[in-house]
Amino acid sequence: MPTVEYQGNSFQVDEDGFIDDFNNWNTQWVDYVKTTEGISDLTDEHWKVISVLQDYYKKNGIAPMVRILSKVTGYKLKYIYELFPSGPGKGACKMAGLPKPTGCV
Amino acid sequence: MAKVTTPKPKELSNIEHSPPLMKGWMNTPAEIRPGIYCYASKPKNLEVLGMPYPKEWNPEDDDWKLPENWKEIIEKGFKDRLDRFRSFKLFMDICVRCGACADKCHFFIGSGDPKNMPVLRAELIRSVYRKKFTKGGKIFGKFAGARELTEDVLKEWWYYLYQCTECRRCSVFCPYGIDTAEVTIIGRELTNLLGLNIDWIAAPAANCFRTGNHLGIQPHAYKDMLDFFVDEIEDVTGVRVDYSLNRKGAEILFVTPSGDVFADPGTYTAMGYLMLFHYLQSQGLDITWSTYASEGGNFGYFTSHETAKRLNAKMYAEAKRLGVKYIIGGECGHMWRVLNQYMDTFNGPADFLEEPVSPITGTKFENAKSTKMIHLVEFTADLIKHNKLKLDPSRNDHLKVTLHDSCNTARGMGFLEEPRYVINSVCNNFYEMPPNTIREQTFCCGSGAGLNAGEDMELRMRGGLPRANAVRHVNEKYGVNMLACICAIDRAALPTLMDYWVPEVQVTGVHEMVANALVLEGEKERTTDLRGNPLAGMEEEEDV
Repeated sequence: MPTVEYQGNSFQVDEDGFIDDFNNWNTQWVDYVKTTEGISDLTDEHWKVISVLQDYYKKNGIAPMVRILSKVTGYKLKYIYELFPSGPGKGACKMAGLPKPTGCV
Repeated sequence: MAKVTTPKPKELSNIEHSPPLMKGWMNTPAEIRPGIYCYASKPKNLEVLGMPYPKEWNPEDDDWKLPENWKEIIEKGFKDRLDRFRSFKLFMDICVRCGACADKCHFFIGSGDPKNMPVLRAELIRSVYRKKFTKGGKIFGKFAGARELTEDVLKEWWYYLYQCTECRRCSVFCPYGIDTAEVTIIGRELTNLLGLNIDWIAAPAANCFRTGNHLGIQPHAYKDMLDFFVDEIEDVTGVRVDYSLNRKGAEILFVTPSGDVFADPGTYTAMGYLMLFHYLQSQGLDITWSTYASEGGNFGYFTSHETAKRLNAKMYAEAKRLGVKYIIGGECGHMWRVLNQYMDTFNGPADFLEEPVSPITGTKFENAKSTKMIHLVEFTADLIKHNKLKLDPSRNDHLKVTLHDSCNTARGMGFLEEPRYVINSVCNNFYEMPPNTIREQTFCCGSGAGLNAGEDMELRMRGGLPRANAVRHVNEKYGVNMLACICAIDRAALPTLMDYWVPEVQVTGVHEMVANALVLEGEKERTTDLRGNPLAGMEEEEDV
């Protein structure tokens, strides 16, 4: 499993660069993903998406479906793509430290 | 983590189909290329399933961390399966390499890679069979098309077995009726004896085994998702639908792929199910969803017969626990292949259940006499035939629809007319794709059998090219803007395929369209479809 070193932190990641365990998430991870995802400035809106994702994940053990994310944040899918160019799954979930969903998705 | 970029459509559609000259295929080892292969199975997922040799490994590394006696394991596994499956033995022996299947595979059409010709894909395994298990092969070696099993051969197996979607289009054209998909199925079983699976299969199978579904949705989250749909349905229709979950004593258990409750556009199909069941309540439908049997799909089937059997058993265990009479399955693909072809000897006969009878029309589904499980689309087709649904097809007038026959329902169980009958009853604009791309000859979505991952995107776009090409045809000729399907892998895979090749076309499940047309008692005037898109003639009001 590859390791990412960033500002004194060490993160284990999978092939797509998702963190191996949500418990190892911290704000430096967000800073790191920001650099790889082509996001120049992290705004309150980014943080809102991240916190909605994390709250849902803590409660349910899975990322919310995109429609729930959209409804709870009040952001249309298109806007979420503007915030996170690789999209809610690959960009936002990665930044929030959630695993990738699998199956018929 | 090297970022793999998928070539652009123009570049990718430039495909060379002529075979490389002079150099025989046996002398050309597989070049394992990013964008084509899926990531290796993670040890934690194999451990959940109790599969052998879980380990961290990387297909691009030279060392695949094989156990020392790997050859022995494969040879023994091979022999066991030759003894156990007469079909496999027959398929090893009878191919005359006529090549009728060669250009029928979507992966060969889209890639030009000769080893994606079904005949050659199977030959990768057959050659080893000849060497080990036939006299001619033992004596004449290469001249008899036989070769030793080496690490390179094993890697080649792995690479090409996980480039087959087990869609069986090739078998339709085989004069001997060889089902090359079964060769892939057994080949994958063999790779699994050494812990060589892909994670896009191992993870869902492990999730399903542990949590009840491929996504790992826990019971409270599953309920949360259905509740979300109930709110959404109320927004569109003004009607608050009723549903039940894990209810003992219900007459029918409903099982659908978990993709339907999680991933768009399947979520709209799930809303369709909820609306239909609510509508039928007053006519006597007594049905429950389940959080334990919360998966119709069976990624175990892409791993081994044993894993498929264990996952399939959960539906029947839940049917027994709840005391239902029979099971209705949702819009899923390979679930039906497992049901129709394997369930009876896996976990059947399901004698504790009753032969399915529609509580509304009284129709007896004799086709499900043994499995006691019917497809929701046949159930709905029967309702429509008996005029039990009040439908307003004009509410789908903003759609021009074509149907992608899902491989497993079409070829795996001959389910051809029912979806067409339902679609034609709920919408006014239906157009067929060319005949050699539908029904028994349907082209695969290019992502089935566990290949709908993100990292093999080039493979998926190549494999989906023939399907997309046929969609482009009806898009250009009739203005088709909606591709209907009755499989959750389709609903997950086809939107990406359409975005890539035919961006004008979106993807829907059939019951989403049923629900758009279904006139619920007490509903408000509908101005949008379930997705919130304005209905035909309502566009202006939307703009106000």
